[in-house]
Amino acid sequence: MIGWFDANLVSILNGFAIGSLLFILAVGLSIVFGMMDVLNLAHGAFFLVGSYLSVTFLAGASWGGFLTALGVAALVGLLAGGVLSGMTEPLARRPILDQALLTLGISLIVAEVLSIVYGNDVRSVRPPPGLRGSTDVAGDAYPTYRLLLIGIGLALALVVWLVVERTSVGALVRASVADREMVSAMGIDNRKVKVAVLGLGSMLATVAGVLAAPVYGARPGLDETILLLALVVIVIGGLGSIRGALIGALVIGQVESLGRALLPDLASFILFGTLALVLVVRPRGLFAGKVAHS
Amino acid sequence: MLEVRGLRSGYRRSTVLQGVDLDVGAGRVLGLLGRNGVGKTTLVHTLMGLVTATAGTVRIDGRDVTGRRPDVVARAGVGLVPQGRRVWPPLTVTEHLDLAARRGRGAGPWDVPRVLELLPRLGERRRHAAGQLSGGEQQMLAIARALLTNPRLVLMDEPSDGLAPAVVDQIGGAIGGMKAEGVTLLVVEQDLHLAFAVADDIAVMDKGRIVHRSSTREFRSDSSVAHALLGVA
Repeated sequence: MIGWFDANLVSILNGFAIGSLLFILAVGLSIVFGMMDVLNLAHGAFFLVGSYLSVTFLAGASWGGFLTALGVAALVGLLAGGVLSGMTEPLARRPILDQALLTLGISLIVAEVLSIVYGNDVRSVRPPPGLRGSTDVAGDAYPTYRLLLIGIGLALALVVWLVVERTSVGALVRASVADREMVSAMGIDNRKVKVAVLGLGSMLATVAGVLAAPVYGARPGLDETILLLALVVIVIGGLGSIRGALIGALVIGQVESLGRALLPDLASFILFGTLALVLVVRPRGLFAGKVAHS
Repeated sequence: MLEVRGLRSGYRRSTVLQGVDLDVGAGRVLGLLGRNGVGKTTLVHTLMGLVTATAGTVRIDGRDVTGRRPDVVARAGVGLVPQGRRVWPPLTVTEHLDLAARRGRGAGPWDVPRVLELLPRLGERRRHAAGQLSGGEQQMLAIARALLTNPRLVLMDEPSDGLAPAVVDQIGGAIGGMKAEGVTLLVVEQDLHLAFAVADDIAVMDKGRIVHRSSTREFRSDSSVAHALLGVA
């Protein structure tokens, strides 16, 4: 067992790095969907905007560039989420699919614009200075930046969890996920909550894009790959659940990494096999946050 | 306090409310009776703005709130204790009370200590998630949540539904406590015992209209009315 663990340590760590990223991405997607029934298919495109912002601000060249890219990405994400919230408002009483189509359209436009501006080549981004080497982990040399990524992901997970589970703002968010009509019947304007949550959720997506750039670079199509993984995570974890997003992200991180390493031919099958298995056993996800009422 | 004129509304292609006229005077408790499916809950939802009115007007203290969003109606002074209670299962009792109190602080007599005095059972359950409470406790929590916004009018939809008689009595006591504080109430109820105990006036709904209106005393003295309108003796 220990021998197996040693042999696959790098894959397991990679799985944690992917899982951390997926959590940051999925948590915003999950809360917005659980809370407002807005399935934001532009989430992956926002992520890619973050990745390309690291290209623009030369995030790989210096810490200044890296931090600038992070700050700009955070602002852009916040704004994009706010605008998106306004755009979905006229469709608020239409079926979920109508809003999903709107966000899909936005995501296609964003992806096309990115491809016009940055071209179709893969753009790689180096980690900021000081994090480019590797660190010894139980005898294996492991990229230092990925270790940092795992740390940041876990720290963000903790912050998001604390805010949602332990603060009054978080209670408002959880109440909105459970039954938002009752929140509005208490005198709270749902639209304001939606702007805030969609803004912060989108901010997490663009920030994740910057953080991921040194690992995945920036290229056309990355938005769809990432969106698909994030959707699998929230379906497995359960809509609107923080804990579900965390567990789902860690599971899919390992499936993507360890699964690919051990059974390379079956990687996609394992990913969707996991999804199918969870849906058969727990159709509402492992930790459904949303409550059905008539 | 509440004036409803010619109110029509419904869902998709079916009109449920066929022109409702209804008044509730300030500080009064109106018991709204009617068989299943005659539109009582639709009326409550339309008054609250959860269902959009297609015609007619709703006035709260003279202010027209027809077709406004639920949060606007709530801020105009209306509280809702909905059918099925609809508390937020993952939130604790304390979280419910705090969320509601933040909205209503200073706007009237109700704060958390006052509400817990009215509904002491909740005080013993403060750290529990609402999803773990009994039906009666959830009903009390739904009442507390509405009261803490300091509404002048409370809409209650079947507060006794599915509760044991002893608990129904406690709910009735809480309604009495609200009335004593000057809160106006519209109580939809199938339980005649509770309706008669708390209501000053009785209105009966049938096929999307108000078909009878009288004081509770008159209503009770003429059992033929109840029999004809509700199918009960």
